Amino acid sequence: MAISKSAAAKKTPSARKRGRKPALYNASPEELLTFYRQMLLIRRFEEKAGQMYGMGLIGGFCHLYIGQEAVVVGLQSALKDGDSIITGYRDHGHMLVADCCPKAVMAELTGRSGGISQGKGGSMHMFDVEKGFYGGHGIVGAQVSLGTGLAFAHHYRGNDNVSMAYFGDGAANQGQVYESFNMAKLWNLPVIYVIENNQYAMGTAIKRASSEVELYKRGESFQIPGKQVDGMNVLAVKAAADEAVAHCRAGKGPIILELKTYRYRGHSMSDPAKYRSKEEVQKIRSEQDALELVKAMILNGGMQDEAELKAMDKEVKAIVAEAAEYAQNSPEPDLAELYTDVEA
Amino acid sequence: MTAGNQTYAAALNQALNQAMAEDTNVILLGEDISESVFGVTSGLREIYGPKRVMDMPISETAFVGMAVGAAMTGLRPVVEIMFNDFMGVCFDQILNQAAKARFLSGGRLKLPLVIRTTMGAGDSSGAMHSQSLAHLVTSIAGLKVVMPSNGVDAAGLLLTALADDGPVVFIEHKGLYGDLGAVTEEIIPIPFGEVKVIRSGSDMTVVATSAMVKPAVEAAEQLGDEGIHIEIIDPRTTSPLDLDSIIASVAKTGRLLVVDEGAARCGIAADIAAQVQAECFKALKAPIAMVTPPHTPVPYAPAAENAWLPQVSDILQAAKRLMAGN
Repeated sequence: MAISKSAAAKKTPSARKRGRKPALYNASPEELLTFYRQMLLIRRFEEKAGQMYGMGLIGGFCHLYIGQEAVVVGLQSALKDGDSIITGYRDHGHMLVADCCPKAVMAELTGRSGGISQGKGGSMHMFDVEKGFYGGHGIVGAQVSLGTGLAFAHHYRGNDNVSMAYFGDGAANQGQVYESFNMAKLWNLPVIYVIENNQYAMGTAIKRASSEVELYKRGESFQIPGKQVDGMNVLAVKAAADEAVAHCRAGKGPIILELKTYRYRGHSMSDPAKYRSKEEVQKIRSEQDALELVKAMILNGGMQDEAELKAMDKEVKAIVAEAAEYAQNSPEPDLAELYTDVEA
Repeated sequence: MTAGNQTYAAALNQALNQAMAEDTNVILLGEDISESVFGVTSGLREIYGPKRVMDMPISETAFVGMAVGAAMTGLRPVVEIMFNDFMGVCFDQILNQAAKARFLSGGRLKLPLVIRTTMGAGDSSGAMHSQSLAHLVTSIAGLKVVMPSNGVDAAGLLLTALADDGPVVFIEHKGLYGDLGAVTEEIIPIPFGEVKVIRSGSDMTVVATSAMVKPAVEAAEQLGDEGIHIEIIDPRTTSPLDLDSIIASVAKTGRLLVVDEGAARCGIAADIAAQVQAECFKALKAPIAMVTPPHTPVPYAPAAENAWLPQVSDILQAAKRLMAGN
């Protein structure tokens, strides 16, 4: 395990090598509360999705984001209108932070006509182009090429927008990732390759599948700079995101961010997670939880007290409950929809 | 007004030029396309610049994926896969990403992407540069598939592809690039899903695709001399397929022969045969016949390759058996 023990204080391995402390974003109280609220929304949403899966209301594959919340919250706080986001199958968190409608996302999980893809996509296949969210992709690594294409389009149109292409430590071993790196640097496309390193590719620990486990180095032979970031600390993520976004907007081409993070649940709902111990999970939950870290900052900084945070939790739970209610009551898709949105 | 006799390759070039002049969203991506192995994209980089005509590294998966991503934003990439055999390298991007984007997004996404590629045997290119794989992409819901048999159709169909919200797989036959045709100065789009009746006849329907149209016509001329009248239908697009027109023709003639350079099994010919018999079995005077290559890889040696490829003699033989009722 390479996650730093106390995210705010301890250096990440990369920072150690470079002999400097990991940069932390200096958040205002309002920003910190916003980060906390967004992370809380993801967690409560995913907990509810997990429950509903258990009740048989959600079928097939369902990959929960619990544990990794600081990654999307920190990264996407650095984006602006017109920027693009694309990710793999573990996509609920990315959507919620991109301001996609929680009701439409939950109703997609239940496969209803009110779902964001009208029940045709399911958990892994959701899109909201108006919000800059380009999916939600089921094939590991394929979104890296697509995300390079989103950056290509920004470059072609000559705007200063960026593409944020997320993938995991598992996808980092797909060949098209490196083909994409080559092309992105060749043409200096504005793409931030975000490697969400949650330590396990399905059930295979990173060191069992990767000859080089420091994934931020994977761009070196393409001359793409890389940085390892404590993905459990939203302020470290935000600082790295600002730097990466500025790099891309300045026309300097692609950049790689490796976010060291951890998922608390199994790979998908059907994963009993026998490849790691309960103690390992519990240790990270109790010592490095992204929400607890920010909560402590809020309380210690006197920004809000316990009662106010409880009220926020209640508010967030109400949003999630409303989404769950909608997702159960929205009608099943009309069977005629089988034949729409498909060519030939 | 016609631009005189133009090759199939030049006609495609003209269609690309016309679309690029009209819409700056149309961009060309592919390996060596500024040089252009077959001449289809020649000269366009000089006119539209390196930003719109981009040579790609040998990375089919990523550059097809990049084109899919760019198309999601409304650009209209025309991506060239030099030989359709190379679709194997990037099939995930075609099968999963391009074909399903619109459906999986519940219609939120359009994918105005054209994948241009080449098919066909006959020049000793060997088994990995000679296949005809239209059936693979035709079998995937969400892809439109075009396989023009002549330059005039090629230009008109490509113009339609370039304006379509796609994705379209546009399969050109290498053996046809030098064929001449009377292409108009301004190319008129040809709609997808409409067959072309190459010649009318009352005794037998021959459905022939791509480069198989030419030997079918030659066979029909010989049979005409013997008093057998062949109707030749070129589907032009296998997805969408204008099945109604084929069925109407078979209902009239009572006999169907399908000639395709693709797979002997699970191919375009088998697909059309199955669909037609289900619709007009009672009109058939003989079992539906197919002429395809054998179920083997394309051989290199010229004599073997000729034996592998459907020839006029194969079509004649099959047609005569059909006329004899077996």
